[in-house]
Amino acid sequence: MSFVSRFIPRTAIRFASSGRLFTKKHEWIVVDKTVGTVGITDFATEQLGDVVFIELPEAGTEVEKGDSTGAVESVKAASDIYAPVSGKVLEKNSKLEEEPGIINKSPLEKGWLYKVELKSTDELKELLTEEQYNTFKEEEESAH
Amino acid sequence: MNRLVSRSTFLNAARCFSRTSEVSAKQTCLIETHKKHGGKLVEFAGYDMPTQYGDFSIKESIIHTRKHVSLFDVSHMLQTHITGKDRIAFIESLTTADVQGLQENSGTLSVFTNEKGGIKDDLIIMKTDKDFLFLVTNAGCIDKDLPYLQENAATWRSKGKDVNIETLDNRGLVAVQGPEMARVLQEGTDIDLTKLTFMKTTVGKVYGIDGCRVTRCGYTGEDGVEISVDPSKAADLVDRLLASQAGNVKLAGLGARDALRLEAGLCLYGSDIDENTTPIEAGLAFVVAKRRRETLDFPGAEKIVKQLKEKSWPKRRVGLLAPPGRCPRSHLPLIDPLDKCAIGFVTSGCPSPTLGKNIAIAYVDKSHAKEGTKFIVDFGAKQSPVEVVKMPFVPTHYYTGKK
Repeated sequence: MSFVSRFIPRTAIRFASSGRLFTKKHEWIVVDKTVGTVGITDFATEQLGDVVFIELPEAGTEVEKGDSTGAVESVKAASDIYAPVSGKVLEKNSKLEEEPGIINKSPLEKGWLYKVELKSTDELKELLTEEQYNTFKEEEESAH
Repeated sequence: MNRLVSRSTFLNAARCFSRTSEVSAKQTCLIETHKKHGGKLVEFAGYDMPTQYGDFSIKESIIHTRKHVSLFDVSHMLQTHITGKDRIAFIESLTTADVQGLQENSGTLSVFTNEKGGIKDDLIIMKTDKDFLFLVTNAGCIDKDLPYLQENAATWRSKGKDVNIETLDNRGLVAVQGPEMARVLQEGTDIDLTKLTFMKTTVGKVYGIDGCRVTRCGYTGEDGVEISVDPSKAADLVDRLLASQAGNVKLAGLGARDALRLEAGLCLYGSDIDENTTPIEAGLAFVVAKRRRETLDFPGAEKIVKQLKEKSWPKRRVGLLAPPGRCPRSHLPLIDPLDKCAIGFVTSGCPSPTLGKNIAIAYVDKSHAKEGTKFIVDFGAKQSPVEVVKMPFVPTHYYTGKK
């Protein structure tokens, strides 16, 4: 998500028990061996409000970490979705395209965006743990 | 036709939300009302303003306004009285309005113009039957409008003229918008709303509150009023309106307001009109009063009237309709499909909940401004076709007193 970030603490990377990792742009990824499931966080969906349109990458698309891989739109805002890792898209959540509101109701579960075959698990080290993400989010909120 | 303001807008809600503010935002007299009703507050034009209330989504709030009636806190806008016997000549020297020709207790949308014919701000001017003009100007333009008015008034006074600027600081302004407005409000006021037609103003008692200035106007395209009210009574006014059994009244925030005005084809200052667009380019020729086209005595008059007479405007504000999918948004370029030249850019856009279609306001070259012209909006990674359509996108329902 193209949310502006200000400052991020550079603390040691530790993997949280949920296994969910985060970007500073409010995407999440859960990795099972070499396959990652990507979504956007509840913080992101709350900021957007009712999502009315979602654009997802097609299966087979090669993505580089940081690439724009689609978009999420509500009445008030549109945001790009950026790839948290590099790899090949295996599957998109087609149900979301038909019923975008799912992402508001269940951003972390049923509202997943796409699955990706990871190019390198090393990239995961650059992502935030749940704890780090929560701290980052609080700082963003208090910076307001 | 009061407006939202701010260049950065909340169109990117998240960006707005996370912006660091060095000075704490101001609050309107309705801040406690917003909090009580779960208003999601963001900083807008220097004020903490609600984008929406609780779980009632922006989309639902828009549909509600079109079917029933919504209340908007617009107290962040600047309300000003202009007094003194030269007040009419004074305001005419800065705007395109024919205030002299206005009937008492009626008003007009107008613009402050600059020497290049661009728009400094849009505003509502009401000619009251008292000894003052009542102005409503954009919150986001307070820092330039107010010194501009004051400096010009000082110049006028130094030439022996009689004009004074008095701002109504912190006064409440509540917009009541939607088809059920008259039914709801009539119950609580001695003002005869059948006689208060579009752009008329009067003062009366509303729900027992004395001295409410009620003006038939708005920024949604629906029938509606804006009520200027004593700040200590504003919350009471809102509570009484919300409790009305005569209609379905709900609070609505800036999110709904922005989409509603866009559906009605109304301009947002800073996005759709600014210092570099003339009223003619903006499709607002009607704000340049007939008499003033002859007298040519407002800033930038020659350029504006030349554009009008010779139809020599280089660009024009148009409405766009886009197919389902990504919606054209502010700043996106518009491209001619044949020669790939940029022919304009989008200034506002959103998926319209009322129409279920993607709509946008844009500026395009004269060659591409005709209704039915088709070109491309460039999202970067992808392109999508758009077509020039007539505005308003959603029919307006102003109360003119005629059936």
